Amino acid sequence: MIGADAIVKCLEAEDVQYVFGYPGVAICPFYNSILDSDIQTILIRTEQNAAHAASGLARVSGTVGVCAVTSGPGATNLITGIATAFADSIPLVCITGQVNSELLGSDVFQEADITGAAESFVKYSYLVKDAAEIPRIFKEAFHLANTGRKGPVLIDVPIDVQNAPIAKFKYPEEVNMRTYKPTVKGNMAQIKKVAKELSRAKRPLICAGGGVLLSQAEKALRHFSEKYQIPVVSTMMGIGAMPTKDPLYFGMVGNNGKPFANRAMNDSDLLLMVGARVADRAVNQPDVITENKVLVHIDVDPAEIGKNVGPAIPLVGDARHIFEDLETEEFSCDTAAWIKTLTNYRETMQPIRRPNASYVDPAAFITKLSEAMEEDAVYVADVGQNQIWSCGYHIVKQGRFLTSGGMGTMGYSIPAAMGAKLAAPKRQVVAVCGDGSFQMSMMELATMRQFGVAVKIIVLKNNYLGMVREYQHYTYKDNYSVVDLSGSPDLEKLASAYDLRFMRLENMAGADETIRSFLEKDESVLLECLIDPMDLVK
Amino acid sequence: MKKIYSVLVENRSGVLCKVAGLFSRRCFNIDSLAVGETEDTTVSRMTIVSSGDERTIEQIEKQLNKKIDVIKVKTFDEPASVSRELMLMKVKYNKNNRRDIMETCQIMGADIVDMSKNMMIIQICDVPERVKLLISMMKGISIVELARTGTLALQKCLDMEE
Repeated sequence: MIGADAIVKCLEAEDVQYVFGYPGVAICPFYNSILDSDIQTILIRTEQNAAHAASGLARVSGTVGVCAVTSGPGATNLITGIATAFADSIPLVCITGQVNSELLGSDVFQEADITGAAESFVKYSYLVKDAAEIPRIFKEAFHLANTGRKGPVLIDVPIDVQNAPIAKFKYPEEVNMRTYKPTVKGNMAQIKKVAKELSRAKRPLICAGGGVLLSQAEKALRHFSEKYQIPVVSTMMGIGAMPTKDPLYFGMVGNNGKPFANRAMNDSDLLLMVGARVADRAVNQPDVITENKVLVHIDVDPAEIGKNVGPAIPLVGDARHIFEDLETEEFSCDTAAWIKTLTNYRETMQPIRRPNASYVDPAAFITKLSEAMEEDAVYVADVGQNQIWSCGYHIVKQGRFLTSGGMGTMGYSIPAAMGAKLAAPKRQVVAVCGDGSFQMSMMELATMRQFGVAVKIIVLKNNYLGMVREYQHYTYKDNYSVVDLSGSPDLEKLASAYDLRFMRLENMAGADETIRSFLEKDESVLLECLIDPMDLVK
Repeated sequence: MKKIYSVLVENRSGVLCKVAGLFSRRCFNIDSLAVGETEDTTVSRMTIVSSGDERTIEQIEKQLNKKIDVIKVKTFDEPASVSRELMLMKVKYNKNNRRDIMETCQIMGADIVDMSKNMMIIQICDVPERVKLLISMMKGISIVELARTGTLALQKCLDMEE
């Protein structure tokens, strides 16, 4: 047995089903060893998308996504994908091949200091110097990636270490790390304090972030919210923590969120931030959020508490455990009047759109689409205007809403949707992107075809980098710079080149029928929707 | 506000880089940083002197704790610690100022640890303020080279027992 065999054995021990990647000489021993395993390899068309696909898989399955690429440019190409996962706390194990360890530091062909380069985007990284360390390192890496504040872990393996003989393989049963013991259970004294504040509050509000989904606390949150009648808003990463149509859910907050959600944040006298970073997009002026209200900040990462917002009652722990523990406290909330106020806000503060009837209205289209989607469907939004429309008008039932929230990486939706579909082959998976973000990942149409991944793709086409155009519209008085997307391929011809069923929707007439046909069979379809180039999200 | 962070870390390659990188990436100041192995050879102690407002000081401790290679972080104020810095200073001297230099060294508790016809190396081990003071006293003569370790500090015994 050699190091590369040991890596494969480690992945098997972790029940890994898919490895997304791209080979090169420095990772060839690994890709040779994996031939003897049942683990399926997916040849992605550019390394960044290997991390995005692994991210989509991780988010839908709750397991760790794995990708493996070669040294040098393979590894550096992966960095944006790693950074995207890091910003959204998605658990990944990223394996990179590396040049011979004796040559490290001499700038040989395809050598890149990837552990150094990726340092600020990983939860932890390893450079393996001894093949005997492989089992321990992989055990630790999977544990680190998927516990506490989740995130990507990088393992850089020089080719000679992959080829080095190993006498005996034994996968450790436990991790033994003296420096890493994340707090999962909340401190009971703090929990009692929060319960007391809740019983005192007249206008309590929960703001659910991505942490709720990462700790699989959706059920606990919904139960808690219903039992005590506490209304909920969410950040972009928290979309799907509550069903959109839940009477206690009042939309996404932030500068791209719903006015009534922001009003709810503003008016609340007790705000429970759960698994949310309170970053600039969700809360415009984090330092004033605590004015006139008590803030309780619940997060598994103590460093997030007090990082962006002022004084709060800190509660460190996993969201699911904390909701469950809070329910063991005896208290009640009288929120009927508050909920009535918020319901009134929701009815009266709906944003008004004036769609151009010659085109598809993205808002109405996305609403119709999500109504027609299956109960547990996965909707993957890309980045740009499409993302904001998706956040605003997609209706989550019991499914998932995935997007790149923290980093805002264009091109995320197609590879992430592929990962999601592989993780849950029976679920309907729809990727929604713009014509800019589509072109950042359209090479993956080949991957979809090669591996038969039935992802449905919608391109909201407006011939512009719409989000930037909108910014230039407001900030530079329509002086457009480098946002014109003319020259884009004919999507119908492109679809035919990849043997993909193609559909086009030019305006809202016939939208229902198009959507029905688009969703009908479990197969890949490319649907082009023509959007008014001058349409705005705000 | 000035704080001293006494940080126990895994004695592995790359750890210094990770900790120093954390400070630069998050725009935290480093006034001084000193590292050395402890009585346990698998553990090193980093002594970092930093300054910032209250939120920054709290963030530094939390972000340090988040690093997987960090075993333990202790934060304390200067008065609560015994702190020392070592400095070596090579100066040019001549007949006229030799006596003055030696007198200053005597007053400051510094030693002359190496000498040639024209140059000498002065060594001082003291609290950072007094090291600074010695430098300013020597400004008038010609300093050739100077090396400082950065502050080392341990929490005072009584404070620790409390």
